[in-house]
Amino acid sequence: MPHEKIVPDVSITSLAILDAEGKVDKDLEPDIDIQTLLKLYRFMVLARRFDERLVALQRQGRIGTFPPITGQEAAQLGAVAAIRPTDWLVPSFRETAAELWRGRGLDNIIIANNGLNEGGIMPDHSRDFPVSIPVASQIPHAVGLAWAARYRQSDEVVMVFFGDGATSEGDFHEAMNFAAVFQVPVIFVCQNNQWAISIPLSRQTRSETLAQKAVAYGMPGIQVDGNDILAVYAAAEEAVARARSGGGPTFIECVTYRVLMHTTADDPKRYRSDEAVDAWRRKDPLIRFETYLRAKGVLDEAKIAGLQSEIEGEIKAAVDHAEARMKTMGDPMEMFDHQYAAMPPTLRRQKAILERELAADGREVEHE
Amino acid sequence: MNKLTMVQALNLALRQEMEADDSVIVLGEDVGMDGGVFRVTDDLIHRFGASRVVDTPLAESAIVGMAIGMAAYGLRPVCEIQFSGFAYHNFHQLENHAARLRWRSRGRYPVPMVLRAPYGAGVRALEHHSESREVYWAHTPGLKTVIPSGPRNARALLVSAIRDPDPVVFYEGKALYRAFREAVPEAVETLPIGQPQIAREGSDVTLIAYGAMVRPTLAAAEALDVQEGVKAEVIDLLTLSPLDDRLLVESVRKTGRAVVVHEAPQSFGPGAEIVARLMEGAFFYLEAPIERVTGFDIVVPLFSREKSYLPSVPRIVRAVRRTLDQG
Ligand SMILES: Cc1ncc(C[n+]2csc(CCOP(=O)(O)OP(=O)(O)O)c2C)c(N)n1
Ligand SMILES: [Mg+2]
Repeated sequence: MPHEKIVPDVSITSLAILDAEGKVDKDLEPDIDIQTLLKLYRFMVLARRFDERLVALQRQGRIGTFPPITGQEAAQLGAVAAIRPTDWLVPSFRETAAELWRGRGLDNIIIANNGLNEGGIMPDHSRDFPVSIPVASQIPHAVGLAWAARYRQSDEVVMVFFGDGATSEGDFHEAMNFAAVFQVPVIFVCQNNQWAISIPLSRQTRSETLAQKAVAYGMPGIQVDGNDILAVYAAAEEAVARARSGGGPTFIECVTYRVLMHTTADDPKRYRSDEAVDAWRRKDPLIRFETYLRAKGVLDEAKIAGLQSEIEGEIKAAVDHAEARMKTMGDPMEMFDHQYAAMPPTLRRQKAILERELAADGREVEHE
Repeated sequence: MNKLTMVQALNLALRQEMEADDSVIVLGEDVGMDGGVFRVTDDLIHRFGASRVVDTPLAESAIVGMAIGMAAYGLRPVCEIQFSGFAYHNFHQLENHAARLRWRSRGRYPVPMVLRAPYGAGVRALEHHSESREVYWAHTPGLKTVIPSGPRNARALLVSAIRDPDPVVFYEGKALYRAFREAVPEAVETLPIGQPQIAREGSDVTLIAYGAMVRPTLAAAEALDVQEGVKAEVIDLLTLSPLDDRLLVESVRKTGRAVVVHEAPQSFGPGAEIVARLMEGAFFYLEAPIERVTGFDIVVPLFSREKSYLPSVPRIVRAVRRTLDQG
């Protein structure tokens, strides 16, 4: 029989629960308690205001280059809210909102962005990986964590984040394949912000959606409106439940938009128009969620104002605290720490050499 | 003559080679509309079109693998890897294929490609954006590793690299990109690949460096001359591999003393090979142990500590004094 149809038609669904104006689809509204809803809102505001503050600090030369997240708060928070503290988070480099939700300190982020190794310090009980800059390289680690959790008969799941550009790298495809073959509990969360620096999604893939790539690997794939925190949460919750109960991995494509520059070193005017950005700014995930919460009667002007000033205070305190802490940091010898469990003799010698050299520098400066 | 930064000089080399030869193709991440994150490929897409300046999807292995195929067909691809810290994604394409296709096909398929990548520390960059791992490529037989030290030689060497019949890894010190300007002639210049140059003549001690370390090495030579009348000869390798040691050996036979400077980690670094060559070629002329001023065997620290990590002018000066104090 020539041309027999052996793979049934593939269908990919796109989920949205809040419309562009923030009106909810009652049939799809997930059951989230009010406390959690308000916590999500709080972190959205915190992540947005913190991002703005970081851009300002960078422009003032008080921190180095960093990748802003504005506009991607819903994609990150909706997803990460679906996992437990005992589950694992494997971020790329643009998940500040998710990291804040998981408890990473604002001061810690400022310190890391200031080029201090100390910004990487994490609590012993942490189940979060540090940021990973080489695109897609962290995705296989999530598969390994999940495999190990299975092996140890734990019901932990692993959530890994990456961008649309990452789906072009071999590491992404290899990890997807492994996860499906081994049926490990991984939730692949792709923040499709439609740009990889200057490269638009259309130059990254000819696929209609990123979600459909999951089909080729034999796992469920879903597209969600990434600026709709309820949709992201609903999709993530379903994926987490499946993973936890032994149903294997899921791929979630969150369609969102990088409304700011790639990093503070980037100039988007070279490759995209402001109009497209403005259209996406109107789909601001924060405003849509706010509208929903107001309509639900759990948020009002007074509460918002109170929260805003509380968050301003929190950020200011974090900046002050970070800047005070940084005054006590910067001992050059720290760079030799954490290379190995035990420092090899050659490294000990090199460390002594640098100590001697820096001391000599000091004497020469005094001499002048 | 126009005074150009290294970014502009490299751009000039690409533009002129593309004008002269339609087999020269530029490909990589963000090389088109964005003109490369450091703007080395600025405006090329407007001059030569998207079929010759190719914005690729985000995949270094495919960029280099594709370049190998293009080169085997007879084109001259110049691929940009955005930062050398991401060239490990394409490691196996260079090691297993670019470096061997000529050998494996008994000369039928040469691979005349160039892989350009910024390397090195000193610009307050993020993790993975400051490494100096050129020795990986220098260690691979079949590859050439070229590292210019300023606008003028960068332009000339890039032209030579594009015309070279073999694969060339071309590392650009990102700390040099906009650090200073040099007069660069409009008329095309080349420089032979595989030949070091004397950057400053001297008779008391030989300083050997390449890439971004040439400037501090020259500054150290100047300081030694001004402060204590020491005449240091500075050799700029320009090509790390294949390393032609004849000039180095000749110089050290004359001076009897040598200091090697590089920002790559010390162990198994370029300095180790250079010192071995000098032991082979100039052992009986040495007056003092050879010194190495290098990076350390550690991950390059995040940027607030990178100044302490990098070899500095005073560190080089003190190393020279140590060799002079001997014998
Ligand atoms: C392997 C690798 N290649 C190149 C880069 C440089 N780079 C950093 S981010 C980026 C684009 C990533 O796009 P995407 O995956 O969509 O994530 P986004 O930046 O949009 O969050 C590139 C090319 C890198 N960090 N790693
Ligand atoms: Mg993206």
